[in-house]
Amino acid sequence: MSARVFTIAALGALALIALGLVAPDWLLFTVTKAIGFGLVALGIVALMRGGLVSFGQGLYYCAGAYVSGLISNRLEVTDVAILLFAGALAGGLAAAAISPLISRYRGIFFAMLTMALSMVLYGVLAKVTAIGGSDGFNVASPSFFGWTPGVAKADYALFAAAVVAAALAAALCRLYFDSGPGLIALASRENELRVEYLGASVFTVTQRNVIVAGALAGLGGALNGFALGHIDPYFSYWTTSGEVVFIAILGGYASVIAVFGAALITELVRSFSGQYFPESWQLSLGLFLLVVIVFLPRGFGSLWAGRRGGGAREEPK
Amino acid sequence: MKNTIDRCGFAAALAMGAAICLSGPVSAQETFKVGIVTFLSGQAAQSFGVPAWDGGKILVEKMNAGEAPAPYDKKGFGGLVIEPVVIDEAGGATTQVQEYRNLVQRENVDVVVGYVGSGDCLAVAPVAEELKQFTILYDCGTPRIFEDADYEYVFRTAAHATQDNVGLVRYLKATGVDIETYSGINQDYAWGHDSWADFKAAMGQIYPDATVTAELFPAFGAGQYGTEISALMQRRADVVHTSLWGGDLQAMILQALPRGLFQRSQVALSAGDHSLPPLGDNFPEGVIVGARGAYGFMAPKSELNDWWWKIYTDAYDVMPVQAPYRMAQALLGLKLAVERAMEANGGKKPNSEELAAAMKGSSWESPGGRIEMVNGNGHQAIQPIGFGRSMKNDDGHIVLGDIIRFPARCVNPPADMKGIEWIEAGFPEAECE
Repeated sequence: MSARVFTIAALGALALIALGLVAPDWLLFTVTKAIGFGLVALGIVALMRGGLVSFGQGLYYCAGAYVSGLISNRLEVTDVAILLFAGALAGGLAAAAISPLISRYRGIFFAMLTMALSMVLYGVLAKVTAIGGSDGFNVASPSFFGWTPGVAKADYALFAAAVVAAALAAALCRLYFDSGPGLIALASRENELRVEYLGASVFTVTQRNVIVAGALAGLGGALNGFALGHIDPYFSYWTTSGEVVFIAILGGYASVIAVFGAALITELVRSFSGQYFPESWQLSLGLFLLVVIVFLPRGFGSLWAGRRGGGAREEPK
Repeated sequence: MKNTIDRCGFAAALAMGAAICLSGPVSAQETFKVGIVTFLSGQAAQSFGVPAWDGGKILVEKMNAGEAPAPYDKKGFGGLVIEPVVIDEAGGATTQVQEYRNLVQRENVDVVVGYVGSGDCLAVAPVAEELKQFTILYDCGTPRIFEDADYEYVFRTAAHATQDNVGLVRYLKATGVDIETYSGINQDYAWGHDSWADFKAAMGQIYPDATVTAELFPAFGAGQYGTEISALMQRRADVVHTSLWGGDLQAMILQALPRGLFQRSQVALSAGDHSLPPLGDNFPEGVIVGARGAYGFMAPKSELNDWWWKIYTDAYDVMPVQAPYRMAQALLGLKLAVERAMEANGGKKPNSEELAAAMKGSSWESPGGRIEMVNGNGHQAIQPIGFGRSMKNDDGHIVLGDIIRFPARCVNPPADMKGIEWIEAGFPEAECE
């Protein structure tokens, strides 16, 4: 099972990296950013499988970006693998610290509490002028195992790193979702009481999912920080979290790949509608989201993964 | 299920197809493509973004028709038709970096003119440098852009925020306002804190004995200022400074009016001229108003300003405020830079290097006075600034009177000094006559 998943992930990553050689520069950048958002959305998918939605993933996203950005700026560590790992670690640790508090809550209370915490971080960062206050700070491009790509290759190198990170994250998530603990999460979504009677702890399940989601969001934040070259408290603003929730809903929770596709399509729709309808792009983006929700209530993933992951007979909550 | 797939596949194909068709190269060779980025939605749209693009739109139209006064009377940019591509600045710095790249790498614009938000400017400038793309920042205020970094392809055609508060304190002094105590209400983000720091530093130089009675930092977008107004009323100060803008400023003025704050203290708005048209005759009398330049009522009399005022008011039936003036000075400077670069290269459409060389250190007349690119190694503009006091004219409408303009070198630091250091050093090399 795991060998097969990793083979598919590796082949998919190689194919994308090869495609990247012929893709135009703007698309490379958009895909990199979409992967960053897709990773955060993948974390929300993990939570959604346990029946929860977080409106505050911006907290871990921002923590990952700030920690990796500050390590790069202040400690002058530039290696992309270390920085991305630091981002994921920061997100995971932040989530681990917060999880005992929020894992007791369900539904709208969970969602609003996570959002409130992310806005606390936003408020704090906006006031700390030593790291740029509300204007944020710039970060330099990372190096790749000792190799520093020139300006011409930097976009491609980061794109390749993003693809590798995404493939690894997707493969690990697939294995986790299909493992015993992952399936218990799905069961607790259906009936928490019954899961407790079976001897599993819903609290532990939720806590585990919160930490997984936090680490993924931290990884996404670190990636986007370096892709954009600029990090500011807006990373933790509630609209950032909201955007990612939309991506997760569009992707659905049946597939671990769909969220990346959903992220890319959202970015493309937003970007093109922003360009051709600069004064009403929100309307076209909203119509697009409505169309998807009406015709694909369980997300893009249900197009090909509808019968997998135990989600086939479920109705959307 | 099959049906659903078909329908969705069709919808997706349609969307992608439309996107690909629309993105194809359509520009003919004789156009000059200008990417314009400004707020079309969100909090800064009504006060800055939309008026700025209104001004840009009418100006581009007139320049394409060759109707602008000399030396801007050539059609388009040296004969090239100006083709604007407008993008909404909403969504934060991350979105703006992405949209900037799309403008440059996908739309192949020849220049990007944009950005009201300081965070957006700070984020976009290094990307512009990396892509070697000639870029004009037209409005944002933070001094950090050229004080913290050197850029080859990035220019700012408006003075940064230091002059707003230095000019304001000079105006207070010049009009003989006695100040023993002062207080401030500014938004709790970089702009508010920087403005207050500059104002306090300038007060320390010009009114060294005045003391601060209250420093208030309501949240950005707060909308309710009852508590802050109570604090300002209670700790009565001779002068109340504020850098509030947009809806926040309008809300603060409307809430402070019935409580008599404007009678009790001399209120000074460092950048509040854009609240005059929306508030109209509800605007209180006797308030000191700045515009971040010699704009609107404060603009110097010139043929160019008369023409600009006329085309703007004819098109939109409202007076131009700071944002359209700043857009106009960016586009006029760009026009001359393009034309100079074309003279130098034999009439071809100039590339980013040629444009940067032509823009660096240049100067030109704008409706708000002369713009000189002398700071930031020839990349950062300085300009004159004006202040006035709100009063009723003969028809009973609110206008600005008691107008004083300060020359650019009186309110801007010299090329080799940071804004705040220049203020704290007591304005060395300032030329105020």
